Amino acid sequence: MTAPGAPPARMRLGPQPGEVIDRSAPLSFRWNARPYLAFGGDTIISALAAAGERVFSRSFKYHRPRGILTASYLDPGCTVQAGDEPNVRGAHRLVEDGMDVRPQNSWPSLRFDVKAANQLAAAFLPAGFYYKTFIRPQRLWPAYEHVLRRFSAGGTTSAHAAAEYYDKRYAHPDVLVAGGGPAGMAAALAAARAGASVLLVDEEHQLGGHLRWSGQAGLAALRELTDQVAAEDAIEVMTNSVVLGRYDGNWLAVVQRGLPGVTERLIKARAGVLVAAPGLIERPYVFAGNDLPGVMLSTAARRLIALHAVRPGDRAVVLTANASGDAAAADLTRAGVEVAHVADARRGGDVVRAHGRGALRAVELADGSRHDCDLLVTATGWTAPMSLLTMAGDRPVYSQRAARFFPDPQRLPGDVLPAGGIAGDGSLDELVAHATAVGAEAARRASAASQAAAGHSAGAGHSAGAAAPGISSGPAREPVAIPELPAGEHPELFRGRTHGFVDLGEDVSSKDLQTAVQEGYDSAELAKRYTTATMGPTQGKLEVVNVVAILAGLTGRTIAQTGTTTWRPPYAPVTLGALAGRIFEPVRYSPMQPWHEQHGATPLVAGAWIRPDHYGDPAAEARRVRESVAIIDVTPIGKLDLRGPDVPKLLNLLYVNKWSKLGVGRVRYGAMCAEDGVVLDDGVTGRLGEEHYLMSTTSSGAETVAEWAENWLQTAHPDWQVHLTPVTTAFASMNIAGPRSRELLSRVASGVGLSPEAFGYMQVRTGEVAGVADCVMWRIGFTGELSYELHVPASYGLHVWEALLAAGEDLGVGVFGVEAQRILRLEKGHLIVGQDTDGLTQGFSAGLDWAIKLDKDDFIGQSELAWQAASQDYPQLVALQPADGSVVPPEGSQIVQGTAIEGRITSSRMSPALGRSICLAQLSAGLAVPGTQVTVLLPGGQRVPARVMEHLAHVDPEGERIRG
Amino acid sequence: MMLLPCPWCGPRNVSEFRYVSELVPRPDPAAASPGEWRDYLYLRGNQRGWVTERWYHRAGCGQYFLVDRETATDQTRPRQDAR
Repeated sequence: MTAPGAPPARMRLGPQPGEVIDRSAPLSFRWNARPYLAFGGDTIISALAAAGERVFSRSFKYHRPRGILTASYLDPGCTVQAGDEPNVRGAHRLVEDGMDVRPQNSWPSLRFDVKAANQLAAAFLPAGFYYKTFIRPQRLWPAYEHVLRRFSAGGTTSAHAAAEYYDKRYAHPDVLVAGGGPAGMAAALAAARAGASVLLVDEEHQLGGHLRWSGQAGLAALRELTDQVAAEDAIEVMTNSVVLGRYDGNWLAVVQRGLPGVTERLIKARAGVLVAAPGLIERPYVFAGNDLPGVMLSTAARRLIALHAVRPGDRAVVLTANASGDAAAADLTRAGVEVAHVADARRGGDVVRAHGRGALRAVELADGSRHDCDLLVTATGWTAPMSLLTMAGDRPVYSQRAARFFPDPQRLPGDVLPAGGIAGDGSLDELVAHATAVGAEAARRASAASQAAAGHSAGAGHSAGAAAPGISSGPAREPVAIPELPAGEHPELFRGRTHGFVDLGEDVSSKDLQTAVQEGYDSAELAKRYTTATMGPTQGKLEVVNVVAILAGLTGRTIAQTGTTTWRPPYAPVTLGALAGRIFEPVRYSPMQPWHEQHGATPLVAGAWIRPDHYGDPAAEARRVRESVAIIDVTPIGKLDLRGPDVPKLLNLLYVNKWSKLGVGRVRYGAMCAEDGVVLDDGVTGRLGEEHYLMSTTSSGAETVAEWAENWLQTAHPDWQVHLTPVTTAFASMNIAGPRSRELLSRVASGVGLSPEAFGYMQVRTGEVAGVADCVMWRIGFTGELSYELHVPASYGLHVWEALLAAGEDLGVGVFGVEAQRILRLEKGHLIVGQDTDGLTQGFSAGLDWAIKLDKDDFIGQSELAWQAASQDYPQLVALQPADGSVVPPEGSQIVQGTAIEGRITSSRMSPALGRSICLAQLSAGLAVPGTQVTVLLPGGQRVPARVMEHLAHVDPEGERIRG
Repeated sequence: MMLLPCPWCGPRNVSEFRYVSELVPRPDPAAASPGEWRDYLYLRGNQRGWVTERWYHRAGCGQYFLVDRETATDQTRPRQDAR
């Protein structure tokens, strides 16, 4: 691998025992338009640091140069742009060969940033600056916003970026362990050995947590644990993955990154028990200059040395208050860094300020000494990431002794158990012993819960887990004793004697917090929102304890009294693509769809269905139906197969009209209302046999009606013998309409008499069509013409369709789409539920007076309909014709009288049969009188006169054509 | 996401179900006054605590059933008369 011009990796160390880089796999990539070298396993930042780079971004508000702070996913100064992808966490993302990485939030360049002038104005940019300055005059806000937008941080996205693939997966582990450090691995092993299936999730690229940079002893323990985890079939390991949130019933969202070909995958896991073992996050220290490149945490220095074999600097000062700092000083010496001074905070050592412009040059200590250095390592304490616990209802408790928050076990639900550093302190052995007990107890609780659930549903006492062969002893029956982990002693170190940055992601300083408190924002939640501290990319993981401690100091309260801000999901950033998952948009087509496509149908999206709207000229299609014959694909019509002796009872209950006397071979139109009397659906139902009916519903209402009918059958009349089966897609449905439809059908149907005497209007027959047996034919007429509706077994739909067209060629048979059907039914004055009615339209307002039989026994909506009838004052469905027949008032146009709204146009079309515009309308009772002149208000504001017609039907009100 | 105990299928994600209503007694339609009837149609207790509800296992067995739910915590409890 060569990369001409790449700088030498002058900070790269010789092989380290636990390094995760692959020196046999050199890679090249670009940073800031220059070539760089890396090894496999290098993060973007570790590779750049190996080449001696120290500045990776400009900060959010003051555009100050920033370098490595944590050397982990959280590092606020290491956010970069990688190709098209903005906001990449550079200290976590692995280098890929050929990657094009650029700094973001800097202009014109990382080295010289114009907006860094902001830091000179820092005194004028205190907390709340934008709120106070840009609030007036309010009318200028859009202009302010336009300019301020350019100051916002973040990378850039390309509108031309290729569509990416996201994935979704469901998982049902008995135990999910969040965090794969020593405690997480020990808990996972114990749970798996007790018979549980385990999902072990870790944010890093390898398991092991801090063991990876804890020297030879740590590496030995790491190898032992990882070998055991790898050998355990019941443990699924997911690295580079994060538990984003915990929801009701241990429903856990996990984002999995770095999969080949998948940008991100969202795992929705239903876990029996969640073991939260996220470890501890090292806390930065607040002092003047604490954001200079070269100031980093002890864990960052140790990670760089141990994982990536990178020397973090040349000459170092270490501020240590704990073992991690002590170990960092030793690591630095071993790595060849000159340790100029170690200030021990446990013995009064402290950093006053860090000096340097653009990078660290010297450190001033509390003892008055000043040391030139390019590296300051601080180890001043830990933050317990309580996120998953607080999402489960926990309220963390502050321990002064340990200088951090701990969970409150009393508040945790039984299916969430903490392990590792968030639970307490101890030696590695003690933490592992604790986690082992937690894992065994988690397995026991998961097993008990699943047995209880199985007992509820099936009454069986068998546990699937216990029956699995090859697993050791199975979960314990009695609760496993979990040893106490004490809170270790740690000095309380948050802010030194100078002001510095508290939130490095949002550029919030301790001085800003002071301003906020002075202005009255003195609670943690208020100060957070006013200053935006903890609201940046790290979401409090690095800074929340410092914020709380500083606020406590400013307000004279204790940290416990101040409390923490609330952790909410997601724990880590997640792409919207991962949340949206794969794009599933189910679409329904009729079996005749190939024909429609070949013949130029314009598609119409109707709910889940794609239907032919028209084939070019809907008016001509409508005329053909009136003049000769045409066929339409009506497959989406809802169809329910009803069987049983009590079907008439069900029909009488659901429909507003009477059904007791429907004979075999008859069909009837029926309308359904809900219990509030509002029209719910309509359609025809035919009696195919003594105890066999076929109900049709509107296309959009098929599912609603099936659920509605089931509800009444199951809850109100479980004694009725009715079997209801949705068969919408089992049949392909088509309607043959027009004066020559009988002639056409007679050419393909056999075994069925089609004469008007043998097969009259509103009758049903079952027979053979085009050689296909068991076709249901009913003679009805939505279009107002003589017509037959065929329901044929779906797989023969296309065959029958083509057979009809072939058989009727000499009759001039054509096809028509949904638009022509809408014209035809409007000419006939047939209502469409949901179009000519709305959520308030009761039965008598839908022109259903003739159908509603108030003298029937109980039917749904009866009382409301009776009250509506008695009131006499309700809107009515009427036919309207504008005086000017060339004006088609858009659907939804108001009907007005002066300034009062008296109704609205519900349907309107130009009628090919009449050569004029026609409408249906909902109109107030006073005006709904035939012959009345009304005023229609068009959307443009014009008022046009229209006349209320005598019949709903504009064409053939006597129905002679339909009965022909 | 809540788990709901279907009496036929066992615990399932709540997204498989359709919420129907609190259990409200249906008055005799022939005898109810408009006021009583509209109370039945529109008024719900919506109280905090344990409530008996009807749910429909739409993406499962297609059965309507009763279940008790604690409205503040979303805990659920199967009912003997669920089916």
